[in-house]
Amino acid sequence: MDQLKRTVLFEKHQQLQAKSIGFGGWEMPVQYEGIIKEHQACRQDAALFDISHMGEFFYEGNLEESGVNEVSTTDFVALPVGKCKYGFLLNEKGGVIDDLIVYKLSPNRLMFVVNAARIDADFQQIKSHIKSGIFEDKSNVTAKIDIQGPKSKALLQTLCSFDLDELQYFGFTETTLLDAPAIVSRTGYTGELGYELYIDNETAPKLWDQLIALGATPAGLGARDVLRMEMGYSLYGHELDETITPLEASLGFFVKFNRPYIGKEALEIQKKEGIPRKIIAFSTRTKRAPRHGFEIFQNGQKIGMVTSGTFSPSVGEGIGLGLVTCAQYQQGEPLEIKNERGAVAIYETTLPFYKKS
Amino acid sequence: MKRYSLEHEWAILEGDTATIGLSKYAVEQLGDITFVELPQITQRAAKDESIAFIESVKAASDIYLPLGGEVIAVNESLESAPELLNDDAEGTWVMKITVDDASEFETLMDEAAYLSYIETL
Repeated sequence: MDQLKRTVLFEKHQQLQAKSIGFGGWEMPVQYEGIIKEHQACRQDAALFDISHMGEFFYEGNLEESGVNEVSTTDFVALPVGKCKYGFLLNEKGGVIDDLIVYKLSPNRLMFVVNAARIDADFQQIKSHIKSGIFEDKSNVTAKIDIQGPKSKALLQTLCSFDLDELQYFGFTETTLLDAPAIVSRTGYTGELGYELYIDNETAPKLWDQLIALGATPAGLGARDVLRMEMGYSLYGHELDETITPLEASLGFFVKFNRPYIGKEALEIQKKEGIPRKIIAFSTRTKRAPRHGFEIFQNGQKIGMVTSGTFSPSVGEGIGLGLVTCAQYQQGEPLEIKNERGAVAIYETTLPFYKKS
Repeated sequence: MKRYSLEHEWAILEGDTATIGLSKYAVEQLGDITFVELPQITQRAAKDESIAFIESVKAASDIYLPLGGEVIAVNESLESAPELLNDDAEGTWVMKITVDDASEFETLMDEAAYLSYIETL
């Protein structure tokens, strides 16, 4: 197996005695002191995540004529400068090569933020469809630190000359942090107020230390997964992959049909004929946690599979997402999940699992 | 005296009754414990057979019997407060069993041997 890559903050994680796991080809901290403590820090205070494994591509050129506007479901031409947007790279069948966020830096400049495990596939996909302009992968020189939680704004503001009150959700600014150029966006994957910080590799360790000194709690991928699950957000490799369309993943909201892009025809056919599968959200109503790969049964028939599952500290119950076959699934009929240990009843619910009081 | 199994359970034998719990190492590996499925009283299993089940935020794991026998008591407080294991794994028992063969206890590792064993993992 290939050697796992390490982020520029790896030594910091070691100093903090983080437990690590392999994730998307990277050796990443899964937890420091404990997933529940880190989860609570994000919901109530401010949590800090090293997300430097994710990829950043930059494009500069004519957005209308280069073909770049057809690589994704997001209309980059229509996107205002200073805004970022969630969307998909699709294959011709409408399957998801990756989900990504694209930042409009200027009328002819974009930043693509992609999943770590998909960096190579995404770069090839985009590169092969653009006819002009400069397209670069700067993942190896770009660090990314997310600060998330109700206290994140006050905390980050002490390091930032830009007035963070001016940033709306999915807005960003090019500014400086610790005298180095930085992109600060009002985004995140936790459901909390929070910011994603893009910074050069040299500045990242200093920034990490300063944010901790100011009171942010380092949090690992374990807490991050629980937080995104509580919001019902999809994760590539779980709710999304090259065989699942955004319509099946219940993400049709992020797909528009008013302009051409790769995979659009396949989505149109699916929309017209009906989607073969869909994502359902459910709770166990007990502390039992569903897990990825458990089979979903209804009326004695296997109708799908759990794509993500965990125990939710906010809800106090096991929560999950699952992909079911529409032709077999009957709304309202009892459901259960099974693994080698036996069956557990599940109850369909609406998203998000966690609603702020 | 406390002894440990390869699967990270600990056992204390008094007469033919063994008290069984999970090692601190096992609990640390699992992280925040959220659910413990305890065995039934009178349930029987052989040494190294799965008899209970534990879930953490991060993962799920079987609990194996370090000694064969019959369950005579379970720590019911773990049903409502599984986090007791995180607070004090070595001091929180999970079940008590009547052992079939007390000599099996001698095959388990003492604390020093167990500590060197987890060093190798």
